[in-house]
Formats: sequence, C-alpha cells, structure tokens
Amino acid sequence: MKWEEYLVPSSLEEALAILKEHQGQARVIAGGTDLIIQLKKKEVTARCLVDITNLDELKGIELEDDFIRIGACVTHQELASSSLIREKAAVLAEGASQVGSPQIRNMGTVGGNIVNAQPAADTVVPLMALEAEVEVVSSDGIRREPLGGLCVGPGQCTVDATAEILTAVRFRALGPNQGSAFARLAKRKALSLPILNTAVVVTLNDGGDTFQEVRLAVGPVAPTPFRARKAEEALRGAAVEAQAIAAALELAAQEAQPRTNPVRGSEEYRREMVKVLLRRSIERAVQAARGS
Amino acid sequence: MTTQTLTMKLNGEEVTVQVKPSAMLVEVLRDQLELTGTKVACGEGECGSCTVLLDGRPVNSCLVPALKAQGREVLTVEGLASPGELHPLQKAFVEHGAVQCGYCTPGMLMSAKALLDQNPNPTEEEVRVAISGNLCRCTGYAKIVEAILDAGTHEVER
Ligand SMILES: Cc1cc2nc3c(=O)[nH]c(=O)nc-3n(C[C@H](O)[C@H](O)[C@H](O)COP(=O)(O)OP(=O)(O)OC[C@H]3O[C@@H](n4cnc5c(N)ncnc54)[C@H](O)[C@@H]3O)c2cc1C
Ligand code: FES
Ligand code: FES
Repeated sequence: MKWEEYLVPSSLEEALAILKEHQGQARVIAGGTDLIIQLKKKEVTARCLVDITNLDELKGIELEDDFIRIGACVTHQELASSSLIREKAAVLAEGASQVGSPQIRNMGTVGGNIVNAQPAADTVVPLMALEAEVEVVSSDGIRREPLGGLCVGPGQCTVDATAEILTAVRFRALGPNQGSAFARLAKRKALSLPILNTAVVVTLNDGGDTFQEVRLAVGPVAPTPFRARKAEEALRGAAVEAQAIAAALELAAQEAQPRTNPVRGSEEYRREMVKVLLRRSIERAVQAARGS
Repeated sequence: MTTQTLTMKLNGEEVTVQVKPSAMLVEVLRDQLELTGTKVACGEGECGSCTVLLDGRPVNSCLVPALKAQGREVLTVEGLASPGELHPLQKAFVEHGAVQCGYCTPGMLMSAKALLDQNPNPTEEEVRVAISGNLCRCTGYAKIVEAILDAGTHEVER
C-alpha cells in the first residue's frame, strides 16, 4: 500500500512526536534515494512518511574542538565539496564523491547511507576508518554509540526509522602526521555499485617513516562494514616500506570474506583486489600524512 | 485518497496543485501539469531521463516525492527557452547533432544547465562528470559533450 500522508515537520520534537503517534506506521525519509525504491518495490511499507530534511539540527558540517560533526541530512554533494572535510577527512570527501551520480549525490544523505546499512556504502566505509560515532534520538532520549555497531547485517540497522532519528555523525578531525585515502573498484565510473571499496587512515611518527596506527576499512567483504584488524595490528609500529605493507595485506586478504557474486566477480579475484586497493589507499594516505 | 497542497515556483511562476501524498514529482509535472518534456524510463534513479533542477541542482524527479518541492524552485526543460528563442544549450545540441531519438535530451540539457550555471567554462572531464547520471541509449555522448562545451564558451563570450 502507498503512503497516505507526507509530513514535513519543522522541529525534531515534532518529528519524534509524529513517529510516536503513528506507532510504527510512520517512517523517516531523508533524500529518499533508497527508500522510494524500496517502497515502490514493496520491500518496505509505511502509512506516513516523515521528511526530516528541513530540520536545522540535521544540517551542517562543523568543527567542534577537534571533532567534526556532520548532520545526518548532509548530502553526498555537500560532503564531497566541503573544504573542511577535504582537508581534515579527505577519505570521506572521496567516498561521497563516488556515490551514484550527481543527481543521487544531490539528494542522498549520509544519515540515509548509514541507516540503509549496506556493507559497501560509500560514506560508511570511510566513516569506519575515521572511527565515527553516531547520535540517535527518540522520544525516550538520546544514545551515542560507535558507528561500527549499528549495522548488524546487510540492510539491517539497529536504528529503527519508525521511532528513532539519527541526528549526526561525529569523529576526530585528522591532525598532523595523519593522512587518509579512499579507493573503489566498480564496473563503470558512475552509477555502479562497488565491487570493492577501501578506506584508510594512517598516523605516522614524527619522522614519517613508521606507522603509529593504521585503520583499514573494506567493503563489501562481510555482512557488515569491515575493519581488517589483524592487518592493522601487524602495521602498528612497522616501518613504512613495501615489504611490511605487503605482509600485512596478506593478512587483510585472509581476514576479508569476499564472496563470489555474479555482479561483483569471483571470490579469488576480489581477495586479490582487496590487497591492491588497500595498498593504493595506504600509499596515498602516507603521502597525505607526510604532506601535512 | 486525500490530497495535499503543493505550492512551488515552476519555471519561474508560482504554481499550486493538489497532489497525492505518494506522487513523485515527475508524475505531477507530466500528468497533472502536462509538462511532458521531462521523461521517465527506469523510474529508479539509474538513467537521468527524468532530470529536473530543484533549487538549481539536478535531481531524478522519478525518485523525488512531489511534496519535497514545497516552497522550492523547479526548472524543467520547458523553462529553458525564452519566447521565440531556444536556450544556447538547445541551439548547441541542434547544431552539433547531439540529439538522435531525443529521449535523453531533456535530462541531458538540465544536467548541462546546472553545470554551466556554476561553471560557465568547464573542461571536458567536468562535462563528463556532470552528465554521468544521464544515459543516452543512442550513445551520442561525443556530440553531447561537444555541444555542452560549445554552449559554455558561447555563454562566456556574451
Ligand atoms: C541510482 C542509485 C545509485 C546509487 N549509488 C550508490 C553508490 O554508489 N554508493 C552508495 O553508497 N549508495 C548508493 N546509492 C544508495 C543511496 O543513494 C544512498 O544510500 C543514500 O545515502 C541514501 O540516503 P537517503 O537520504 O536518500 O536515504 P533515504 O532513502 O531517505 O533513507 C534510507 C533509509 O534510512 C532511513 N533514514 C534515512 N535517514 C534517517 C535518519 N536520519 N534517521 C533514521 N532513519 C533514517 C529511511 O527510513 C530508510 O529506511 C544509490 C542509489 C541509487 C538510487
Ligand atoms: S526515470 Fe528517473 S532516473 Fe530513470
Ligand atoms: S538520443 Fe536517444 S537516448 Fe540519447
């Protein structure tokens, strides 16, 4: 059944009140680029849609102390063109710039990308490498938790869009000696979902020749957005040189569980490509860290 | 089914129309306002034939609920030409033979218009990115890109 009401509340309280009143029959809509298709295909049903894109609390990209706070309704286009994000979280600007097409980037939001919970979501993989946390509000109050715990399976998010609103994501801005980069493999340059995507954040020592910390996020190689923890551990304190990186990437390729998929290619191919994409991302992230 | 009132600025003029809450913008444009220049093919955001400008930015009107246009500006291909004269982009498309069957043309024009409004003198790569959400089944991309580049330089010369 199609929705019978389309409401555009002007405050967060009003939006939450509408959701509560409809007891599961109303659902949040942001850009609608995922939801409208799911509604058209009847994969999701709702009696009422609650458009949250006019809420000021959900807009804007801000630097607060050392943290960047991004409102849930910030679009991919806004992320990709924000000078703050390009400077202090380049990996996220790069990921956002690869989403779909200009039309999709003008409507699609970071909050929708998170709640839609695809393991290869092009802003979620970077946000995993940035160790982002999210803020979720309901009529019962507010919860803050690591982004990594939200997605519990493909398309399954712990945020209940019929009762809760994800308001913002927050992460530490990258500082000196830190650099980040995103890489993506897809059949075409536009309008094609990733065969693989990788997001890397590195922290080097002052000399720029040793990894202090490395974060490696990869999608879609597991049911949920994935961090290659064993490879990260192997690189902690390692020299920035090809051999150490290659050894760590062998671990990453073993940890990742890419599956053969008619669209995305064979398991063997994708396992090899995990190494290639991660290596390229690490190299660019190191350059960025040395440059800053 | 009850309807809701939508007021928007459409091609420069304020328009008020009663819409179904579940109507997509393209349905209101084509079926209620009889602006059939905007096309629909996939209905899923993949092809760009339904592209219109919402507050100056290209969007897929097949995926945008009509009520999202409330209080905002919508520009469709019908709003490009001025009375008696085609828009420079439309002239360039004609001159360069950038139209074959024409189905993708309205969407291409709107994506191109959004680009040139922001960046009157784009590079070829910028043009290709700007129309990357618009598929041309007749694969006339080379001529479309040439036409947009040409329209850009003409605008600058003016
Ligand atoms: C043609 C096409 C190409 C695409 N290409 C890509 C791509 O390359 N990479 C990629 O990652 N994605 C892609 N997508 C998917 C989609 O555009 C993104 O996931 C987008 O970020 C979704 O955001 P939205 O605002 O449109 O979400 P919506 O569709 O509005 O919502 C998605 C889901 O999240 C819920 N929701 C949204 N916001 C909130 C919130 N703040 N709080 C609580 N619940 C919320 C909704 O109820 C719904 O269940 C593509 C989609 C299309 C149609
Ligand atoms: S009809 Fe809208 S994108 Fe294809
Ligand atoms: S001219 Fe036929 S689809 Fe482009």
